Amino acid sequence: MRLLACGDRALLAEFATQGGVLGALAAWQDAPPGVLELVPAARTVLVRVDPGVLGLGHLEHWLTTTPRAEAALPVGAEVTIPVRYDGEDLATVAQAWACSPDEVVDRHSASEWVCAFVGFAPGFPYLVPADGAAALPPVARRSTSRTTVPTGAVALAAEYCGIYPRSSPGGWQLIGTTDAVLWDAARADPALVTPGTRVRFARVVP
Amino acid sequence: MLSPDALASSSAAHPVVRVLAVEGRALVQDLGRVGLAHLGVSGSGAFDRAAHRLANRLVGNPEHAAALEVLLGGVRLALPAGCWLAVTGAWGPVTLEGERLEPHTAVRTSLPCELALGPATHGVRYTVAVRGGLAVAETLGSRSRDTLAALGPAPLAAGDELPIGPEPDDLVPPADRLPVDPPTTGLVELDVRPGPRLEWLTAGARDLLLGVVWQASARSDRTGVRLEGPRLDLARHGELASEGMLRGSIQISPDGAPTVLGPDHPVTGGYPVALVVTEASLDRLAQLRPGQPVRLHLVAGRP
Repeated sequence: MRLLACGDRALLAEFATQGGVLGALAAWQDAPPGVLELVPAARTVLVRVDPGVLGLGHLEHWLTTTPRAEAALPVGAEVTIPVRYDGEDLATVAQAWACSPDEVVDRHSASEWVCAFVGFAPGFPYLVPADGAAALPPVARRSTSRTTVPTGAVALAAEYCGIYPRSSPGGWQLIGTTDAVLWDAARADPALVTPGTRVRFARVVP
Repeated sequence: MLSPDALASSSAAHPVVRVLAVEGRALVQDLGRVGLAHLGVSGSGAFDRAAHRLANRLVGNPEHAAALEVLLGGVRLALPAGCWLAVTGAWGPVTLEGERLEPHTAVRTSLPCELALGPATHGVRYTVAVRGGLAVAETLGSRSRDTLAALGPAPLAAGDELPIGPEPDDLVPPADRLPVDPPTTGLVELDVRPGPRLEWLTAGARDLLLGVVWQASARSDRTGVRLEGPRLDLARHGELASEGMLRGSIQISPDGAPTVLGPDHPVTGGYPVALVVTEASLDRLAQLRPGQPVRLHLVAGRP
């Protein structure tokens, strides 16, 4: 673990693996007063504090001395998400993977995915293949972001598959669209997919 | 003068603030949401938190009570009789039933009357608090509008009625006016500390970032305040895996421009954060006018 400076209200803990992130997240749940929030992401956990209650020196001591281990993703609920594979960037992904657009669809829908974390926007899941060995080749983000990505867009970037819960700007490669409601603040569980949720994509013919 | 409709609604048993006109943008804000990052939900809340807390204290509210954040002005509100209010944050022509209203002053309406916020001359965001707070419905524990995530009460429109909450326990403080300077229209200095990816910038770019006078861009909002000036070169290229962001994180976009994240920032982002604005300087971001000069001052030593 490497601790990086992040202003006067936080430290950013960086790990070599996703397992490191998950292990730290589990170990740090029982946080001392003054820790406001843990923000997990791909290889980091941002730890926000109220510096009037817990100084950064004390935070650093607590983060480095609390025992932690690598951990696997929790096993959560299973969700099937119907997808129309009509994304504008299917051909770009096919080129990156040196295969046909149909094969992109086959490989994407054959994989079982699991949510590693939620970020960017409310309910936006970062999905990785549940079987790490079945990882698909990484895909670069678009060199310029789209100003508008439609609601329900299913997209790829780096090692992740994401789903845009609502229309927003975005730089990921679009491969399809779903009608599933990823986020509804009025639901008891606003996010359809949370860390650990297993996701399967079912191909829908438009 | 108020229409009979406005008078009727203001004198009802459940008092309301009625929106008569909105030219710019007016949002309900409290002190935001905390602890929902795992769902992708950001902090949001009042951009100028000091102005928000002050306005609430002036009318005897708890500091977190919901108030209005009005960008630039162009807003008229109908207030009921017997309503304490205070306006803080930006300065500009603010009138109550045509009479000039001093900033940072608690006043009580004796009759139903109209509050008009004209174009701000110092700063850009007014805070309007009424005693009892705005009792609109909560979303995920807060009444704040998150403009990026579209959470919380919709931006105000003419005809909206905002319920006023019950009388708080605290009295209106006897010192009902506080001498606070208006937001500056000159150079704004922001204290910053190193962020996690400062070394992604070339040494030359680091010197520029801390050495030049930047200009606040007109393309700024509650998601982020963009700074215009020289292009900053990255020493390191390639993609950064998404990581957690903070209010005040200074991201370097691929086009080499720094953007200081505001209260409605995305929970995670993939652009390198070179610096982070300190807690004490954060509120100044809320009042930056387009084109206003900004200098970043690196605070040395351990926080």
